[in-house]
Amino acid sequence: MSPVLDIAGLVKTFGGLTATDHVSLTVDTGEIHALIGPNGAGKSTLINQICGEIIPNAGQIHLAGRDVTRLPPAGRVALGLGRTFQITSLLDDMTVRENLGLAIQAREGGNFRIFDRAAKRNEVWDEADSVLAGSALSARAGVKVADLAHGEKKQLELLMALSQRPRVLLLDEPMAGLGHVESQQMIEALNAARGECAMLLVEHDMEAVFALADRISVLVYGRIIAAGTAEEIRANPAVREAYLGEEDA
Amino acid sequence: MKRDNLVLLAVLILLALVPFAAEFTGQSSWTKLVGQALIYGMAAASLNFILGYGGMVSFGHAAFFGIGGYVVGILYHHFDAGTAFLGIIPGTDQMLVTLPAAVLVAGLAAALVGALSLRTGGVQFIMITLAFAQMFFFLFISLKTYGGEDGIMVRRTNALPGLNMKDKATLYWVVLAFAAAYYLFLRRLVRSSFGQIIAGIRQNERRMAAMGISTLRYKLYAFILSGMGAGLAGALMVNFLRFASPDMMHWTRSGELMVMVILGGVGTLAGPFIGAGALFTLETTLARYTEHWMLPVGILLLVVVLTSKGGLMALIAKLKGGAK
Ligand SMILES: Nc1ncnc2c1ncn2[C@@H]1O[C@H](COP(=O)(O)OP(=O)(O)OP(=O)(O)O)[C@@H](O)[C@H]1O
Ligand SMILES: [Mg+2]
Repeated sequence: MSPVLDIAGLVKTFGGLTATDHVSLTVDTGEIHALIGPNGAGKSTLINQICGEIIPNAGQIHLAGRDVTRLPPAGRVALGLGRTFQITSLLDDMTVRENLGLAIQAREGGNFRIFDRAAKRNEVWDEADSVLAGSALSARAGVKVADLAHGEKKQLELLMALSQRPRVLLLDEPMAGLGHVESQQMIEALNAARGECAMLLVEHDMEAVFALADRISVLVYGRIIAAGTAEEIRANPAVREAYLGEEDA
Repeated sequence: MKRDNLVLLAVLILLALVPFAAEFTGQSSWTKLVGQALIYGMAAASLNFILGYGGMVSFGHAAFFGIGGYVVGILYHHFDAGTAFLGIIPGTDQMLVTLPAAVLVAGLAAALVGALSLRTGGVQFIMITLAFAQMFFFLFISLKTYGGEDGIMVRRTNALPGLNMKDKATLYWVVLAFAAAYYLFLRRLVRSSFGQIIAGIRQNERRMAAMGISTLRYKLYAFILSGMGAGLAGALMVNFLRFASPDMMHWTRSGELMVMVILGGVGTLAGPFIGAGALFTLETTLARYTEHWMLPVGILLLVVVLTSKGGLMALIAKLKGGAK
């Protein structure tokens, strides 16, 4: 079976800096592929190229078999790409429920209608309510996003991304800034979503990476220096030196 | 909800009584003043849809107001002279034709400006919309056939079947009907699926794109809708004052529309109308005493903006809260 996301020979330079240096990787259907690497390695830059916010200098991105290298972000979402942001990015003036509802409305379409009532699209709000009811945010539906705690925002980001029903979900450090309990909740939530979509998981929290990842790729200075299963990565001397070593010290 | 509609109805009834009050008190200028304020309110409300709800700070909105007005003026000019626009389109003085034509042409102009400016943001967007408005301003000044700097006199208000449009009160009520209809239209618009997407784009365009929304297309559509509203207001103004001139699209006019929005309350439905009423009343009253009316108006604007985030609408809400 062909991979749902296939990146080949991607290059991106910022002035003299090569942030993405001939990166190739694949994400298979149903797989969680973790991407680890030190700060500034180019992980977010890679995610943003896959999403279409940044156009690479060279290389191709295939999504579900289609070349999307030059497709605008919205077109990629339509083909089944979802994402979360490293720095949470939500609709701050709206409530939790309204954020989720708008995400569902965006997926459902009919968004050029100017004479309907958004608040009366029952299929949208029923779905939002049932998703919220089964989540850690069930008691927070009416709270404005600006008033949420950091961990709650991270959870809402995940719920909104999943509500797009993506084939592949790009997660840019979903555990960043979470406490231990919150991290455990997030790991559980991601594990539960495993059947719904494939994931490319960018994460510094090695406990989470080892708990979730089927495969791990290591990015250093824009380049993939190693790829393999958790055991292989743990045993790899180059990785220990470049990355894991930092944590042992 | 219910209460909102009651307040709206009460305000409409009061506004409908203005011509009687004017006659009763002998202040015949009231009808004209309130009528103009209502039309400016429509133009400001149309701007508020992109500025307040959509976060697009357009500084060239008067262009569409003026273009709508000129459509009425130019069609009347050819009707009067028995000629045809560009030799093809015959003139007319029928409001049922001129208003839709004005809305359409203003919408086309907005499509052009929007398509060329919406890719930018921030100060750049402000400057580009301003530049386009100035281009239209100078274009109409250069059209000597249509009066150049002097503009076009429209000797008789457009005809509407069954109504005596020569009657000042009738004309005022027609304007009021359009203003009320436009208000109700905007209320539906901001609550629609499209309106919610636009509100989302204002708060976080990147997030909306990540949800699969082609934000540029939505912004363009909003910009066109807004330009059409301004065109309708301009067409009504030319009918009301029987005069179309390049001044309608001068950059200070765009600035005034913005002031009305900010003064009344950005991103509120009634705010632009209240702002238009307040600014217009102030201007005309102060202009009687001094030609430097801009200064007190500017000070007032500062006070309102600094003391109540959200303009007069927020102030009213605060007072209501205090009264309870
Ligand atoms: N728009 C940009 N212009 C110039 N340089 C950039 C730009 N975006 C990123 N960079 C640089 O590219 C490199 C990779 O940045 P990136 O944000 O992708 O790293 P990261 O792996 O996500 O790091 P972190 O773990 O801190 O999130 C950094 O050196 C960064 O300074
Ligand atoms: Mg990053």
